[in-house]
Amino acid sequence: MIELAGVTKRYGEKVVVDDLTFAVRAGCVTGFLGPNGAGKSTTMRMMLGLDRPSAGTVLIDDKPYASLPEPLRHVGALLDARAMHGGRSAYDNLRCLALSNNIPLSRVNEALEEVGLTAVAKKRPNGFSLGMAQRLGIAAALLGDPRIVMLDEPVNGLDPEGIHWIRTLMKDLAAQGRTVFVSSHLMSEMALTADHLVVIGRGKLLADTSMQEFIDNNSRSLVRIRTPEPEKLRDTLASQGITATETPEGVFEVRDEPVERLGALAFEHQVPLHELSTQHASLEEAFIALTGETTEYRTGPLAPSAGDPVLAAPQPARTES
Amino acid sequence: MSASTATLRSEWAKLTSVRSTGWTLFCAFAVTVAFGTLISALSNSGFDDLSQQDKLSFDAAGTSFTGGILGQLAMIAFGVMVIGGEYSSGVIRNSLAAVPRRGLFYASKLAVATGAALVVSLVTSFASFYAGQAVLGSHSTTIGSDNVLRALFGAALYMTLMAVFSMGVATMLRSSILSMGILMPFFFLVTQILVTVPGAKKVAHYLPDQAGTTMARVVAQPEVPYGPGGGLLVMLAWVAAAVVGGYLVIRNRDA
Repeated sequence: MIELAGVTKRYGEKVVVDDLTFAVRAGCVTGFLGPNGAGKSTTMRMMLGLDRPSAGTVLIDDKPYASLPEPLRHVGALLDARAMHGGRSAYDNLRCLALSNNIPLSRVNEALEEVGLTAVAKKRPNGFSLGMAQRLGIAAALLGDPRIVMLDEPVNGLDPEGIHWIRTLMKDLAAQGRTVFVSSHLMSEMALTADHLVVIGRGKLLADTSMQEFIDNNSRSLVRIRTPEPEKLRDTLASQGITATETPEGVFEVRDEPVERLGALAFEHQVPLHELSTQHASLEEAFIALTGETTEYRTGPLAPSAGDPVLAAPQPARTES
Repeated sequence: MSASTATLRSEWAKLTSVRSTGWTLFCAFAVTVAFGTLISALSNSGFDDLSQQDKLSFDAAGTSFTGGILGQLAMIAFGVMVIGGEYSSGVIRNSLAAVPRRGLFYASKLAVATGAALVVSLVTSFASFYAGQAVLGSHSTTIGSDNVLRALFGAALYMTLMAVFSMGVATMLRSSILSMGILMPFFFLVTQILVTVPGAKKVAHYLPDQAGTTMARVVAQPEVPYGPGGGLLVMLAWVAAAVVGGYLVIRNRDA
């Protein structure tokens, strides 16, 4: 279990992580989601005691990371796949880590086997592809057979087979009762693996919910309507105060209205329809909608100034008119 | 096994599992011995051309250690690479995640690398001495002569301390390239030039390498304001400053 309480990281005036409080529980995969620059990696570095929080505390199984006697046996982390010494063989890179935490050297070969790198154990990671480097980084994370596994963007650079492997691995680790905390900027990736979601935008906590709850709360349904008489439909919708957007192909899109009501309206006003269908917004859209709202809030009248240096997150495109 | 033993074992494994360690230490040895022997041979053949004054103050042991001027560059490279290897690709994050007690990490790293540098420096020092004396012929000295053994250990200590100084500087700068770019020209050119400039001479004697080399001399140089013991203290002060500076950086900065 990882617990963050009021964790804040400031670089001068710039607030990169803003008062984060959440817990990562054992036995499930927790996705840590946010746009690029949201503060995910900084948060993970603070969890590992690498960066010092400006305020707040991080506890790993009720202790600060630095006071864990053999930390690799508690927490295994992949932060940066390229963070291996290029002049030292893959085996030796892991051996050096194992020795520092009294991890039996038999674990080095086991970890290399788990990630499928046994054949290149004696090779130096200089010549590794990004996918191989990711696997070596994951081997390092698994080395101490840790109860907590933390992975920063683990699917980066992996081929489809590798992506499938890492998804299965994360689920297996969680099924064994471990805490699995994995960051991503891709909602679609999280949807396939995560049971729980922690979403941050510009360092602020936006959501801390189960995956299902997140989908229910954030995805908006969209009703597509096609008609040969667009003027009539436009008037009908306007008379009911319903806003619709029209695509260049002449398709009406209505958000947040039950399809039943729209069907009944069309019938009452005798608007002929060629299509009336409900489309569920993708999770990616839900994610953009969520982070987009904070963007709006931050740049709105409540924001201290237009030149707010905190504006690190990219402004997502708003699809609603 | 205690945390410090484990960290020392890990650092020893790091040191011995990269090729650069062997190469830089071998270079330090080979360059020092070869260059020292060459200078000794040249001194022997040109001895008759020396002034009476120079003949009287000829330092047979010190001459055989002159190769250290070049060999120390390899020692600097060794010290820089021991630290720089951690920073070049972000390995330091894995290292500090494994050993969050930064003081322990830093001390272990320095202890292991200093030990390796000391062993190589001692071998280098003795090899330089015997090779140098062999070619100095009638102008040579013996290990039993006054202060010669002290100079032998002084030369070894000098090279070791140069490596430690470089480790401290590299930890402060957190980059191999930056550290090399500053240390190499400084000790190869700048200090060598400064000691010959009349105005800068007095200050230049207190630079770490100038102070340190007095430890390797049997015959004192009249223009140097302190003896071998003073030289050791001046150099130790520099090394301590670099090591403490490195500690403050590694303790306080985010990795």
